[in-house]
Amino acid sequence: MARVVVFAEFDAQGALDTTTLENLTAARSLDSELCAVALGGHAAAAAATLAAYGADTIVVGDDSVFDEYMSEPAAFALEHVVGELEPELILFASSYDARDVAGRLQAALGCTLVSNVSEVLAVDRVRAVRALRLWPGRPGNLRGGVGGAKAIEVLRTGPGPMIVLTTAAATAPSPSQGRGHVGDLAVKVPDSCRRVRRVSRHETTADGVKLEQAKVVISGGRGLEDPANFSLLRELAAAIGNAAVGATRPVVDAGWVPYSMQVGQTGKTVRPEIYVAVGVSGAAQHVVGMKGAHRVIAINTDRNAPIFQLADFGVVGDAAEVLKEVLRGLAGE
Amino acid sequence: MLKIAVLVKYVPNRGGDPPEIGEEDFRLRREQPEAGLDPADEPGVELAVQLAERSGAEVTVVSMGSEAARPALVRALAMGADRGVLVCDDQLAGADVLATAKVLAAALGRDSFDLIVAGAESTDAATGTMPMTLAALLGLASATFARHVSLDGTRLSIERQTSYGHDVIECLLPALVGVTAAVAEPRYPSLRDTIRARSKPIEQLSLVDLGLSADDLRSAHAITSIDLAPEREAGEITEDVAQGVARIVEMLRQVQVM
Repeated sequence: MARVVVFAEFDAQGALDTTTLENLTAARSLDSELCAVALGGHAAAAAATLAAYGADTIVVGDDSVFDEYMSEPAAFALEHVVGELEPELILFASSYDARDVAGRLQAALGCTLVSNVSEVLAVDRVRAVRALRLWPGRPGNLRGGVGGAKAIEVLRTGPGPMIVLTTAAATAPSPSQGRGHVGDLAVKVPDSCRRVRRVSRHETTADGVKLEQAKVVISGGRGLEDPANFSLLRELAAAIGNAAVGATRPVVDAGWVPYSMQVGQTGKTVRPEIYVAVGVSGAAQHVVGMKGAHRVIAINTDRNAPIFQLADFGVVGDAAEVLKEVLRGLAGE
Repeated sequence: MLKIAVLVKYVPNRGGDPPEIGEEDFRLRREQPEAGLDPADEPGVELAVQLAERSGAEVTVVSMGSEAARPALVRALAMGADRGVLVCDDQLAGADVLATAKVLAAALGRDSFDLIVAGAESTDAATGTMPMTLAALLGLASATFARHVSLDGTRLSIERQTSYGHDVIECLLPALVGVTAAVAEPRYPSLRDTIRARSKPIEQLSLVDLGLSADDLRSAHAITSIDLAPEREAGEITEDVAQGVARIVEMLRQVQVM
């Protein structure tokens, strides 16, 4: 039976990230032996949930080295697990940590890697979202997306395994008990992996409605012009109720808001009743994450912004001004 | 003297919009008015140039691409980099992420760089893992998703963006650092800088120069089909803000009662 490895991510209390549960759910449909790898001080606490979502075996590495040092200890441990289990497929989320570890693991294994995967079809076949796939000077490969978003099917044609990074919310997570055999990681991380040290963590706890579950998502882009204007989006979300605030990659990259709010190809996929795009140009990278919305409202000063091409209703105007008026309107003023 | 390399990429869509493709042949219209240096690479170039201005480092910009990629390097040189390296070979067309990392590792491995700077992900392919693969191939530490970088001697300290905030992490050089757009505000080169950049050296390398062959770079996966996502129809657009606000309020109220 083919084996599939899922890289588990969890918080300081051992609570698993939703994307890990999504990957376990997706992997269960492959008729394979499912192994979850949990690395970090609270790995043991995550084991029961990993089993409840279908893991047949769980490799636990609870050495603090995985919390103290970035990516190299985890990549080393996974390389060892892959050597033992010889899986066909290794599933990661698309988080920063997952990308770090997956990238290094690819170098160690010399295998193939596919990012932005929305569906795992078989252990060697996946569907990925690509806003673009480009190669200057080679027309045969220069395939972009009309309207900005498209799916490609990718088949592994060479030796395994295949490393896959899935997009968030690609699969709805559902529990189904696996055999849940827990074993300790049988290798010690060498000192040579202790190079990039985590000195401190600075986190704000997430509050409010989750992006993936909100009925209304209000996203801000560079057209907001000032990070302070994000407070208007939060106010609007609070006024609507069951609404969450998202963001485009450029404003996350610019440090205006944290990555957890990013909607798009390398962020979250959302399917709300209403998506309000505020100062969002409608770059393909972003559209991939929100095109499943039931209805789209766009507010932008640029009449030619691509977002208007897919909006059900659009207002050409200053984002902050329009938002303030909408807030007044909702308050019944 | 500190030697810094910055990875840069030529992309046809600097604005992030999908490139225009033919509806029947699915081929890109190559005359892309926006083609040039990937804007996602500019903060890294700026960071390297600022570090060099402070400590007297030499900044080399390195790219893999076709002959068309040259203007992207020239742009980085105009921003203040000292020299360019372009790996250019017909056999590289369609190279996947591992092949790209192998080629760049070979190109960078010819020199001994103290610091390699890379962007978080390219504007066109957006794979987001290549720099880490490259670092591992070169045996280097990788400190990624940096929104702030400081260098004290050979000690590199960065603020790394996380899902809900940031971590402070540190390592010693040599290392690869992956940066986000928050790391530095890219300068806009003056006309004089742009003219001067044309006389800065760009070394062009082929696969043979790097001791690599097409066999080393064969992809272990293939794209078997492409589906165009169905296009959404554009709806009503108004420039009358008062009318627009009324309509938005109405739509939001409908959802509230659902």
